[in-house]
Amino acid sequence: MEFFVAQILTGLANASSLFLVACGLSLIFGVTRIVNFAHGSLYMLGAYTGYTFMQVLPGAVGFWTAILLAGLTVGLIGMLVEMLVLRPVYRAPELFQLVATFGVILVVQDLTLMIWGPEDLLGPRAPGLRGVYRIMGEPIPKYDIVLLILTPFVALALWYLIARTRVGVLVRAATQDREMVGALGVNQAWLFTGVFALGSALAGLGGALQLPKGGADLLMDFTILAPIFVVVVIGGMGSLPGAYLAAILISVLNVFGVTYLPQSTLVLMYVVMVVVLMIRPYGLLGREEVAGEHGQVGEPETPIKPASGPVRLMVIAGLAVLALVPVFGSTFAQVLLTDIVIFCLFAASLHFLLGLGGLVSFGHAAYYGGGAYIAALMVKHAGSPMEAAFLLAPLGAGLAALAIGWVCLRLTGVYFAMLTLAFAQLIWSLVFQWGEVTGGDDGIVNIWPADWLNGTTIYYYFALALSVGGIIVLRHVAHSPFGYALRAARDSARQAEATGIDTRRVQLVAFGFAGMMGGVAGGLFVFSKGSVFPNELEIVRSFDALIVVFLGGVKTLAGGVAGGAFFKGIEDLLTRFEYWRLVMGLLIIFVVIVAPEGIVGSLRKAASRLGILKTAEQT
Amino acid sequence: MLEVERINSFYGKAHVLRDLSFSAPGGQVVALLGRNGAGKTTTIKSIMQLVRPASGTVRFDGTPITGLPPHRIAKMGLGYVPEERRIFTDLTVAENLLVGRQPPRAGAPTWTEDMLFDLFPNLAERRNNRGKALSGGEQQMLTIARTLMGNPSVVLLDEPSEGVAPVIVEQMARVIQQLKSEGLTVLLSEQNLHFAQAVADRAVIIESGAQVYHGTLEDLKAHPEIREAYLAA
Repeated sequence: MEFFVAQILTGLANASSLFLVACGLSLIFGVTRIVNFAHGSLYMLGAYTGYTFMQVLPGAVGFWTAILLAGLTVGLIGMLVEMLVLRPVYRAPELFQLVATFGVILVVQDLTLMIWGPEDLLGPRAPGLRGVYRIMGEPIPKYDIVLLILTPFVALALWYLIARTRVGVLVRAATQDREMVGALGVNQAWLFTGVFALGSALAGLGGALQLPKGGADLLMDFTILAPIFVVVVIGGMGSLPGAYLAAILISVLNVFGVTYLPQSTLVLMYVVMVVVLMIRPYGLLGREEVAGEHGQVGEPETPIKPASGPVRLMVIAGLAVLALVPVFGSTFAQVLLTDIVIFCLFAASLHFLLGLGGLVSFGHAAYYGGGAYIAALMVKHAGSPMEAAFLLAPLGAGLAALAIGWVCLRLTGVYFAMLTLAFAQLIWSLVFQWGEVTGGDDGIVNIWPADWLNGTTIYYYFALALSVGGIIVLRHVAHSPFGYALRAARDSARQAEATGIDTRRVQLVAFGFAGMMGGVAGGLFVFSKGSVFPNELEIVRSFDALIVVFLGGVKTLAGGVAGGAFFKGIEDLLTRFEYWRLVMGLLIIFVVIVAPEGIVGSLRKAASRLGILKTAEQT
Repeated sequence: MLEVERINSFYGKAHVLRDLSFSAPGGQVVALLGRNGAGKTTTIKSIMQLVRPASGTVRFDGTPITGLPPHRIAKMGLGYVPEERRIFTDLTVAENLLVGRQPPRAGAPTWTEDMLFDLFPNLAERRNNRGKALSGGEQQMLTIARTLMGNPSVVLLDEPSEGVAPVIVEQMARVIQQLKSEGLTVLLSEQNLHFAQAVADRAVIIESGAQVYHGTLEDLKAHPEIREAYLAA
């Protein structure tokens, strides 16, 4: 019993930081509809700036002042981010802003590295709170007790702000209909900036408050990202009490998980999330999302059409050049191009889902990495030949996508996206923690292709043939009746249903198909590298694909492929420099601001303005 | 005083308003009439800059407001009451009013919550109810009250009589007459000619986004052929 109480108290203390960061994210999403991937970076900045302030300010007063100052500083940083990066892209297509926030992640990572260096920082202990209290005989750190008493007060203050002040009323009104709030004389731009600053400040506070417990390191931005998304989704997007409940639920479960099921700590959180969303699709205290109620009217989608003669010729010429690379190019060029074509197939498979299906998956790496792992596991444990393992990769990935899609498609919009992320993380944590089978962090090595494919050049041709083939198949399906049905379901589910299309089935098949194509890319990947590690399943990999698709252009068929080729190529150039993330991040932000239609979309607009390309209406 | 001068508005490629001009003189009630799809709502949204006209000018008390953000226009004293009500359903009646609140303005009547509860007695009883719990008529009153909290000198009313019970329509007519007696200028879009006749001084008729008639309501009454040509279903 004593132990039980101690566990719960520790869980409650851990919940405090998680709650602060998560409710900032929830607040930002609720009002601005921006899924702020950079929220973990703000949390990290809170920890680092807090650390620096603590070095300068002495004593207990200095400690707590440092935490407040860290919150303030990060609030100001958030304000700058909102004004410089997000304001220019509010009118861009839905969810496009998340790409900009990803650029911010990269920039913050390198700036933090530049300012504070690569070493992990050990957080200072809170002055005057170094010891433990004995509660029912169990030692509980004094700082934990302070945290768990403090948090409800912070939550209460936030609740008061949102529920009882005019600013809070405006924030809630803007959550529902921001255009109307503007038409009533409220400057939404400042409301957005204010909310973003407040949300950022909360993330900064959370980061600084956990310093005595966890210190500061350069990985903490991504480490916190998955848990806070889980908390926000379980609690219900935009609900503060929901976030509080969910933070406690997750933290307490985690503490018990560490004790009783140490191998499952990572998995547990996602299992809880999946279960909660199955029972309450909009989270514990969330309310149903009604599409279109936020006054966000995008431009109508331009119809896609088969490539014109000149474009086909260009593609054929490009393929001819690619086919000739082994003749005049170096081995290195072949290896790099193998990586690029595989990645293009992966991006194209996500683009199929996202662009044509309107289904934003945050966890597409599950099928890519999943395919790679299936092939690797077959080779390692079943000793199957490469050919069989390679065939099983898309098959397994497709089946997994069907199963996961079946669950996720019960939801729409951001909830759908979050659930796909949760499943991807679930698979990642399974692979990561089930060391006996998957090798855990050490990955699976020595997975080489069959003899007839062993060699850089022959494997390059193999990858080129399958990737290009896969991309052509994806394009072909887009132009098939199935592709039409899928786009109909995207543009107007109700109308599609009224014409006899079973939209859920169409979307499910598309999800499975995209997963399968992702699996092909994964299979190609594992045999090209000879190994696979859990990072192929990570959030970062899913984000890579998302960014490439958005930057390439969601609304153009070639978007995924063009973005993939462009960014893989640039990444290869940039990673030779020490601070490549900074450059890459700035580049991403730049593209987002100047080319909100994506690279292909913006090129096409420019071309049609110059009269080179005929617009759809004229043909 | 509100002047619309040769505005052209588009939805994508669709040309919705064509060189539309008319004015609403200060202190008068002007009815914007026309068939379904003639462009009445687009006109109101184009005045408020919720739809940006591609060309032309909108003047409010002589100042051009074309291109300004809607919140600036609202702050200048132009009140907008949207079609389909658009109240904040998760907020209480009192909170909805709070969103609309603006400081008092010279040259326009100043409204308080209590005055509005006198004007709309039903709302007073439902002060602490959430917007979604209100009936359609109550929601319509709340949207008007919410806009009046901004102490406007000109009010744009988009189809105030649409989809509400006859008894509410009558109440709405009384409210508009009272606004006029307080010196407000009102521009209302309407399909219901009887309602317009009960409250309006002047009428503007639009057809396919262009103005086809502009005159007093008496004049319109004297020319049944105009009503026949542009308003009869």
